[in-house]
Amino acid sequence: MPGRKEDDRAERAASLEAARTDIEALRAYAAGVDAARTDDLLADDIADEHERRALAKTWGDGPGFWGWLASTNHKTVGRRFIYTAFGFFILAGILAVLMRVQLARPESRFLNPDLYNQIFTMHGTTMMFLFAVPVMEAVAVYVLPLMLGARNIAFPRLNAFSYWVYLFGGVMLWVAFVLNVGPDAGWFSYVPLSGPEYGAGKRVDFWAQMITFTEVSALCVATEIITTFFKMRAPGMSLNRVPVYCWSVLVMAFMVFFAMPTIAWASACLMMDRLIGTHFFNPAEGGDPILWQHLFWFFGHPEVYIIFIPGTGFVSTILSTFSRRPIFGYTALVLALVSTGFIGFGLWVHHMFATGLPRMGESFFTGATIMIAIPAGVQIFCWIATLWGGRPVFKSPMMFVLGFFFIFVIGGMTGVMQGAVPVDLQVHDTYFVVAHFHYVLIGGAVFPLFGAFHYWFPKVTGRLLSEKLGHATFWVMFVGFNLTFFPMHILGLRGMPRRVYTYQPNLGWGDLNMLASAGGVLLTLGVLLFIVNALRSLRAGALAGDNPWGAATLEWATSSPPPAYNFLRPPTVDSRDTLWTQPADQPVVIGLRSDVREVLVTRALDAEPDLKTEFPDSSIWPLLAALATTAMFIGTIFTPWALPVGMLPVFVTLTGWFWPKKKRLAEERPPEEVKEKHGERWLKLQEQES
Amino acid sequence: MPSQSALSPAGPQAGRIISLWWMMFYVTGAVFLIVMAFLMAALVRRRRPYGGAAADVPDVRPEPSGERRMSHVVLTGVALTVVILFVFLVRSYVTGRALDSLHEQDHLTVKVVGHQWWWEVSYDNATAAYTVTTANEIHIPVGRPVLFKLSSTDVIHSFWVPNLHGKTDLVPGHENVTWLKADREGVYRGQCAEFCGHQHAHMAFTVVVEPYEKFKAWYDAQLAAAQEPSTESQKQGRQVFLSSPCVMCHTVRGTDAGSRVGPDLTHVASRGTLAAGTLENTRGHLAGWVVDSQQIKPGNRMPPNNLEPADLQALLDYLQSLK
Repeated sequence: MPGRKEDDRAERAASLEAARTDIEALRAYAAGVDAARTDDLLADDIADEHERRALAKTWGDGPGFWGWLASTNHKTVGRRFIYTAFGFFILAGILAVLMRVQLARPESRFLNPDLYNQIFTMHGTTMMFLFAVPVMEAVAVYVLPLMLGARNIAFPRLNAFSYWVYLFGGVMLWVAFVLNVGPDAGWFSYVPLSGPEYGAGKRVDFWAQMITFTEVSALCVATEIITTFFKMRAPGMSLNRVPVYCWSVLVMAFMVFFAMPTIAWASACLMMDRLIGTHFFNPAEGGDPILWQHLFWFFGHPEVYIIFIPGTGFVSTILSTFSRRPIFGYTALVLALVSTGFIGFGLWVHHMFATGLPRMGESFFTGATIMIAIPAGVQIFCWIATLWGGRPVFKSPMMFVLGFFFIFVIGGMTGVMQGAVPVDLQVHDTYFVVAHFHYVLIGGAVFPLFGAFHYWFPKVTGRLLSEKLGHATFWVMFVGFNLTFFPMHILGLRGMPRRVYTYQPNLGWGDLNMLASAGGVLLTLGVLLFIVNALRSLRAGALAGDNPWGAATLEWATSSPPPAYNFLRPPTVDSRDTLWTQPADQPVVIGLRSDVREVLVTRALDAEPDLKTEFPDSSIWPLLAALATTAMFIGTIFTPWALPVGMLPVFVTLTGWFWPKKKRLAEERPPEEVKEKHGERWLKLQEQES
Repeated sequence: MPSQSALSPAGPQAGRIISLWWMMFYVTGAVFLIVMAFLMAALVRRRRPYGGAAADVPDVRPEPSGERRMSHVVLTGVALTVVILFVFLVRSYVTGRALDSLHEQDHLTVKVVGHQWWWEVSYDNATAAYTVTTANEIHIPVGRPVLFKLSSTDVIHSFWVPNLHGKTDLVPGHENVTWLKADREGVYRGQCAEFCGHQHAHMAFTVVVEPYEKFKAWYDAQLAAAQEPSTESQKQGRQVFLSSPCVMCHTVRGTDAGSRVGPDLTHVASRGTLAAGTLENTRGHLAGWVVDSQQIKPGNRMPPNNLEPADLQALLDYLQSLK
């Protein structure tokens, strides 16, 4: 983009000019005072510039296409991750539009049932597995290290690997769909419909194997997030000073850890049933179709919170910044997140109230389901208190958060209704539920996510989005969303079941369906407005500067976009709202080598400096390992032999990945006196031998 | 058109559920309005002067007394939430108990078996000869509890008549039961509520609630074997039926056709709909269905039948005589 390059050049020239003027002024001032000191200042600037160049060389991606493929930088990977997930969001959105066209009129012949069933399966699968969870992980991959003051995410090669595996899994599923072997048994793939007898062909196998891809990816990212959270925080960022957003992604990561293995195991059993005739779910041979539902929902319900909890993290972050005050009830909010994480695992049975389980047992799950409204209530009340005690500024990220309140509270209310077994028996598997979970997921996750897009866009790209277009996006999406999904509550109560490709004219559902479809057009328009805004701002948006919102967290303490090494000198922290409260001479971290990727590891509770360690270089091996893994996974769709044979290339690539690197000769350290800078305090790291 | 809506109950169970729902609707609606009112108040309370530079300074240490007041309000809100949820829990439990309290000695037992994509209905009777089998249409007497035994031979389906009760799944390898009781006469539509493949959308049935005498008359009529053809054309139609692939799947009691793959056709003309609630039972629809059902319900298990026009007319005459 030539426009952008020119702007950058102009910007750099301007800043050089400004620096020169500053130095002139300083020199003029110092001439009368202390000529020697001025020279020191100049020397400092030069040393800083040296340091910047060295760090950029050490931490940057390699040159060319190869360097692009081999990148392990969390920002490069995070951006890719976000763009890919957003791409899947668009694809799944297009499918939603097709469904709304089909359902706008009764007995429509726009889509045949076979295609419709593939489409609604792909819509749900893509939204849940390829968009919602990955995009939350992706934003965390980008933002978390910056917010914690780290130079990269923990296990950066694993991070690159997790992205590639996710990408290949998603592409595999969509290629299958385009070739008319898209899964058609719903995103929940209930057996026996998805079993060997009724799910003919390879359709369900592609679905089950896509699960394997995304599980591997999600578990890798969860590992990185947990490690980064506990070991890579800026010195001084004790657990009670960690931003709420970071807590939310930590809870998400732990939930991924406990939920995903269940579905990975379940889908493996399903594949074995289909491929080699095991009978895990076959009632004729002593298997049980209900077992599948337990396993699926033991994952499937926490999945909803895996998506929603980072959404609440966005809300807390954006609200605090634009209320111009610290978040109200920090401890309560964090505890609410953690307890949501726990309770979220105790209510999967409310998806199965109609399967004929004992009523008394079901009442327990009613209790658990309703109970989750308590931490949700705590969060809502704390957020409103934050607004109440603050001075709200209505920038576009804030608008999405306010929209979130309206939509999510409605979704929460209908959720409580469905927790009651009797009500659930009526509304289960009807459009009432479709309305409910779109209110919860779009309201609770997508609106905050769009808020987060508007909020961090300047950090990621260095440019501001247009506020005018941002507000327009919000209003169009908000109205469109409610028009689309509110009528579905009524449709459900009036007897319209889910997952029907059409309905008969005399049932009287036509008008509300037409209204919902019209709303869908508006919602689509809103998303398009966002894309237009983003593309325009990328080229011609106003320069953002380091901290356009005057926010408090550490990602705003570096330039926009951040350099490859994130911080010239990693920050230290002595309060919760760091950038608002820190003194002018807040210490920074020095003593990290700039010729290798040396990072500081801190202790889990109080984030005292613990040790220095060296991060691995960029590497092509994660990509190769991901390709080998992909070959093995796709092979197992067709033959069980792909597993033992396919292991071999995976083993080879992993060996390459973990091959110990040659010891480097340490470069000479710059002399100590050059590093001393006036008016700043250092957190000097002890040299450590081990 | 028969009604299919949870909002207009025709029996005690649907009635209890919808009144629980309305209670929850009013309470949660009030909570929603209160929360939104607080939100609005918070937004307009201290709107900052637009764009003033000084206004951008964050309020890092909010006044402690204000914070304390807010924490009291928040705590009150949480306490109220807990109380409301507890009331919901108790009400839900009580309603749940009431839903399952229909057990009576004097009940009727109906077996429903889900098939892709139609419903096999049979009325249990101690004497095998008094067992009635039909499809996609259930008659029950008004005011009398009916026990439904639900199972499936292929995939999972869900039995749902919104005007009477919530759903119960039909799971292969399990037998689920549910009780229904209708207080109001009428025809109510039910529909499969668990995704079961291609024609999940066209897997409906009707429940006809009628006075006991009328029900008894219907039952006795269903017990009888198929009517003998009375005209030449009907006779020819039966011949067509028995010599075509129809017999591979369908039963007409009193003839040699005894396969149970598809719906029992012994009294097909007495039913209100064809193809599991998809079409009104008229001669034209019947003809379309027999000749090319894939046009109407793509993916269903019935193959097309290439019949000579004369044969088709005769077959229709015969089928329409099966009252």
